[in-house]
Amino acid sequence: MSGEDKLPVLAFPSCKDATNPPPTKLEQAIAAMRAALENRPAIDRSAPATVAQDIPDSFSPVGVPRSKPEGPRSGSGRGAIVLAQGAVAPTKHSLPIPARDNTMRRITAIHLPRFAMERWLRWAAQNTLAPPDDLPVVLAVEGTHGPVVHATNRAAELQGIHIGARVVDMRALCPDLRVEFADISGDRVALEKLMIWARRWCPWTATDGATGLVLDTSGSDHLLGGEAAMLREIETRLSTLGLSARLATAPTHGAAWAMARFGGVRRICRAQDLAAQLSPLPVRALRLDGDTVVLLQRLGLKTVGDLAAVPRVSLARRFARAPLAKNPLLRLDQMMGHLGEPVSSPDDPPRFATQSALAEPVQDPEPHLPALCDTLCADLFAAGFGARRVTLTVFRTDGEVSQISVAISQPSRDPDHIRRLFDGKLERIDPGFGFDLITLVAAVAENLPTVQTRLEGGADDGAELGRMIDRLSAKFGAGAVRRPTLRDSHIPERREGWQPAMAGEIVPPAPLRTLRPIRLLDPPEEVRVLYGVPEGPPAQFVWRRVTHRVTRFAGPERIAPEWWADRPGTRLRDYYRIEDHTGCRFWLYREGLHGDGRGGDPRWMIHGVFA
Amino acid sequence: MLGGDATLSEVFCPIATDGAAIGFVLAVLDMHKHAREKPLLWVQDRLSRRETGRPYLAGMTRPMQVIAVDVSRPIDVLWAMEEGLRCPALAGVIGEVWGDPPALDFTATKRLALRAETHGVPAFLIRRAAHPNLSAARLRWNISSLPSRADPHDQRAAGAPMWRADLFRARWQTPGDWVAHHDGEKLVLDHGVEASAHDQHRARA
Repeated sequence: MSGEDKLPVLAFPSCKDATNPPPTKLEQAIAAMRAALENRPAIDRSAPATVAQDIPDSFSPVGVPRSKPEGPRSGSGRGAIVLAQGAVAPTKHSLPIPARDNTMRRITAIHLPRFAMERWLRWAAQNTLAPPDDLPVVLAVEGTHGPVVHATNRAAELQGIHIGARVVDMRALCPDLRVEFADISGDRVALEKLMIWARRWCPWTATDGATGLVLDTSGSDHLLGGEAAMLREIETRLSTLGLSARLATAPTHGAAWAMARFGGVRRICRAQDLAAQLSPLPVRALRLDGDTVVLLQRLGLKTVGDLAAVPRVSLARRFARAPLAKNPLLRLDQMMGHLGEPVSSPDDPPRFATQSALAEPVQDPEPHLPALCDTLCADLFAAGFGARRVTLTVFRTDGEVSQISVAISQPSRDPDHIRRLFDGKLERIDPGFGFDLITLVAAVAENLPTVQTRLEGGADDGAELGRMIDRLSAKFGAGAVRRPTLRDSHIPERREGWQPAMAGEIVPPAPLRTLRPIRLLDPPEEVRVLYGVPEGPPAQFVWRRVTHRVTRFAGPERIAPEWWADRPGTRLRDYYRIEDHTGCRFWLYREGLHGDGRGGDPRWMIHGVFA
Repeated sequence: MLGGDATLSEVFCPIATDGAAIGFVLAVLDMHKHAREKPLLWVQDRLSRRETGRPYLAGMTRPMQVIAVDVSRPIDVLWAMEEGLRCPALAGVIGEVWGDPPALDFTATKRLALRAETHGVPAFLIRRAAHPNLSAARLRWNISSLPSRADPHDQRAAGAPMWRADLFRARWQTPGDWVAHHDGEKLVLDHGVEASAHDQHRARA
């Protein structure tokens, strides 16, 4: 069913047919209405250039310029916002370019009607505080006039306690009511965790309100044996977590949302019978706020079908300026697919991913890693890509996700190399009571064309070095494997900085003309002067409880503080190269001068050791 | 002997804060083929870094590419050295270990030596505050500083450094005692007689 046959035929004569030259007031009004209707494409015509660039095409390969979509994407979240602020709802035939069919995808909505209560019950059971089943329990939140019921269990529901009522009233109704306080933010965090865990079924998931999840399961259902089997599998998995869920799969987000909440059990809706299945649902199924629902009911529009039958123009006139949550026309368009509403996942789904579903929960991912690496690298090879960051994720049976990732300095698709980077890291993964799904994902991938290695069989130097840096960085952390960089400073300890070697090639600093020590003590250590002389370094000093007698010295070399970087009052340094009686050569400096007004007597510090 | 086959050498420092061992090792590394354009892996444990500082590239005789690895335990130094020795793109691997850790036993040094010889990457184990216990290192040195040569431009100043190189155990040659210095291109070993004469000369002076 396309959008056009949903559009009501205008009762008015159109402008083209109005051949009579004197325009009546009615005709002027019609012209104004048409102009308002045309308004939306006018916005859209100017918008595509920017909107289309802003929308990331999430299935485009990472590291390659994203391809621009051909037509204007009315299926973007931004488009919806523009619409919400814009004047009138879109009409499909008024678009200059035919829009993408928004009913092509398969969206699964998961509604968890008792999420807060079930989470609390699970927590209570773990802490042996669980109430008996027949005891009414409510979770309360603070309202403006005292606590308000936020969630109920079944026993409380049977007693007539409903969500949104005040707790004191409900206590009067049911004296043995047990009241606990709800953890709203904890629920939200738990729902986000569950959203990540739901990636086991499809790569693209998002939270949907406080008690729902939405999954873009286009093309993922066949892995679980079709949509009906997939919905059964999801429901079973969630019930093992102690969560009761209502599910539906439909071509649009709005339709899936409505069917999960107001349709039957595990409803599956095809694109062709979208209108037929949705029309008996109440108008609440349109995701409108309470006031708008009451308003529609006062207008006598009880079901979605009633609303769809109303002429568009009259609805458009009433709800032109309404925001999305109050605009039944926009919601209806979203539900029917006239207006796109993609699942806005917080992060891009990976392009290269492989998974291994296990028959039984296991604790150790190691035996499965080589096969996963092989598959992932074969995928990367087929696409001409190499991975820069690889993430191993295990989906635990208790609804948690645990993952570790390794970084690679140069793009690689060598399965042995990737597998070796996980050596010693797999212990850090928290298996809980076991996991039954492992995924290996190339979270960052870059173009890696196939290159011919040298004919005589020698290894490519850069690749060898990169692999060694990867292994060392994976074992000790990227901050422990470093390369020196030259900085623009003449203070010795600031001249050389160290950067992680993963960052790439760094030009080595050139030696100075003046002699510098081969080792630098960081920080410099103070020495105790035993026998000082007015000029030059001390004749004898104690460093680390060893007395050194200076036999030869050269200097001083004065290094002034950098006034633009140092704190005021930093003293200058006079450096001496000295040799002691055992032949050891040190780099000694005096910090400050006598009477420079920056502290007391100058201190003697040892800063480096010569070869 | 020097600059020939890549193998594992152990260098002991009688005085922990002496920089002679570093200078000696870098001079030996200069004599290996293709060593100049390749990077050097330099592994330090925490105590070596605390007590004797970090490598300072401005003080080296030529521009050098260094990949520094900072680890905390001696056993990690050995692990990182083994990883580095597997990579033929390195000019050499230097590991600094403080004291006599139990992990650094005969087996560990043998692993390092075999790996260095297999892949042709010279390895140096610089040991401070350590005893020359049982080890499979093919060359074992004792390196200490000698009073340096006179500076031709400044009679009060120290000139080019000289080291006393005591090869107390070697697999393929007879041990010996030399006076070593770096002449800008390569390491030069003079005989111990001259070294002792030099010592006496210094003592008289």
